[in-house]
Amino acid sequence: MKISMDEIGKMAHLARLEIDQVQKEKMAGQLSHILVYIDKLKDVDVEGGKPSSGVSFMNNVLREDKLKVSPGPLVTLANAPQRDEDFFIVPRVVK
Amino acid sequence: MEFCELTLAKAQKMLFDHQISSFELTSALLDRIEKYDDKIGAFITVDKDLALDQAKKADQNIADNKISALTGVPIALKDLLCTKGIKTTCASKILDNFIPQYDGTVVSKLKENGAVIIGKTNMDEFAMGSSTENSSYKITTNPWNKQYVPGGSSGGSAAAVAAGFCCAALGSDTGGSIRQPASHCGVVGLKPTYGRVSRFGLVSYASSLDQIGPITKNVKDTAILLNIISGNDKMDSTSARVDVPDFTLAFDQFEKGSLKGMTAGIPKEYLSVDGIDPEVEKVFIEAKKVLEDLGVQIKEISLPHTDYVVAAYYIIAPCEASSNLARFDGVRYGFREKSCEDIIDMYKKTKSAGFGPEVQRRIIIGTYALSAGYYDAYYGKASQVRTLIMEDFANAFKTCDFILSPVAPAPAFKIGENIDDPLAMYLTDIFTLSANMAGIPGISVPAGYSSKGLPIGIQMMANRFDEISLLRAGYGFEKTIQLDKKFPNL
Repeated sequence: MKISMDEIGKMAHLARLEIDQVQKEKMAGQLSHILVYIDKLKDVDVEGGKPSSGVSFMNNVLREDKLKVSPGPLVTLANAPQRDEDFFIVPRVVK
Repeated sequence: MEFCELTLAKAQKMLFDHQISSFELTSALLDRIEKYDDKIGAFITVDKDLALDQAKKADQNIADNKISALTGVPIALKDLLCTKGIKTTCASKILDNFIPQYDGTVVSKLKENGAVIIGKTNMDEFAMGSSTENSSYKITTNPWNKQYVPGGSSGGSAAAVAAGFCCAALGSDTGGSIRQPASHCGVVGLKPTYGRVSRFGLVSYASSLDQIGPITKNVKDTAILLNIISGNDKMDSTSARVDVPDFTLAFDQFEKGSLKGMTAGIPKEYLSVDGIDPEVEKVFIEAKKVLEDLGVQIKEISLPHTDYVVAAYYIIAPCEASSNLARFDGVRYGFREKSCEDIIDMYKKTKSAGFGPEVQRRIIIGTYALSAGYYDAYYGKASQVRTLIMEDFANAFKTCDFILSPVAPAPAFKIGENIDDPLAMYLTDIFTLSANMAGIPGISVPAGYSSKGLPIGIQMMANRFDEISLLRAGYGFEKTIQLDKKFPNL
């Protein structure tokens, strides 16, 4: 399947990416090329087949609900690009 | 023998026998990095003082007879393994200033065993790539010929081992990212069974496919490292609750019975893959002969869905990536673009400036394949095909102990050759992707050289949790052909 520049724009917005016209055009070409190749999956008969989301040997893994010491704001906020005391700063969200 | 040529096992022995000190060894390797890494570009971060500090502590421990498996042995880590206090970038601008506040489980295990962390190695950004050209920092060159790529995404780790900058390294493998660079750089690389090694503290790319594994100078070293990093971890709910054998038992098995009684399957579909380089084919045929001489029975098998592996993988991996990478939003860690109008604008500007082109491409593919109206046709379908691929392997292992194949269809390519054709790059992953899709272990062992002197490896894949078979066959093969004695001229 081909993907249009409009669709690239929509996907970029959903993924919170900003892509200019030149990049959009390049990406539409490359992605269409990839998606045309991926279309070969249509040839596989999977009627009623189970999907696998991973290699499952798993049952639920539960952990005891024990109280643990929190690492605290010094650790949690150590890598924050912008902070004020014990808070992350982000641009204003409520208008 | 030069320090740079020391294998992990040999370094262990010399350190424990007091023939060398960890300080001497670590300093020699750091000097070598300083001298040659300008040309190789294997490392993103080398913290000399920290490494020498660890080495001094190791020497003290050896003097006090407090010896663990890796005491004083310098090891390099792919830069997506979280190291407390050492920058961990994933070769991305978005994590340019990220300093983890904790160690990943494998890193803790190495430290508990006394290893010296010599540096963090270059990679394709977020492990997306097969050439290490997608790093935001530098290009890594192949130590055997600097015009060529080292493979990827763990290209820095493979190049560091091949160039003798460390005794061994860890990489990660989501679709071949340990095995393919190991093959291109003439070293050994093993992707363990999914769940064998904890992923806690590994920055996720595609969580259902990612696995950490060793890159070493020989098969024995791989077993030693695997012994240390394997095991269930309560911090990773996908880590398997199975017993971990002593992987070095594989060598006793070989010494006692060679490879007699083992059966290797060669998938007939692999022989008709387009574009297998004649030199790769030649090395593969010779390798088959070597294994036969060691007592392996070779038989043709079938993996009927081989033709769909690349397509299914390049849906599943980007889908998981688009979800995993959503966390890099400029709020809690990493880079943030300063001048923004509102929060959406901040997300967009941060991600677009922080992620490189291949990462953005995969995020868009993943977002597209998971979006309303396309989910069933892409992710749903690919997940169903994945089941069929897993069944193919389960059936194959009813009749053979391991599957023999090339690692990559061709030796390393020239830097820049495939950079504008992502699909061509994806297609070179054909032989390695399946092991990740099926969750099985795979090893790449050096098997020969191209006419240009570039290394070529062979791959063996075994059933889940049967790394022992791979190590036994790999060890026997390596011991017989004696390639591991060669060393590149930097």
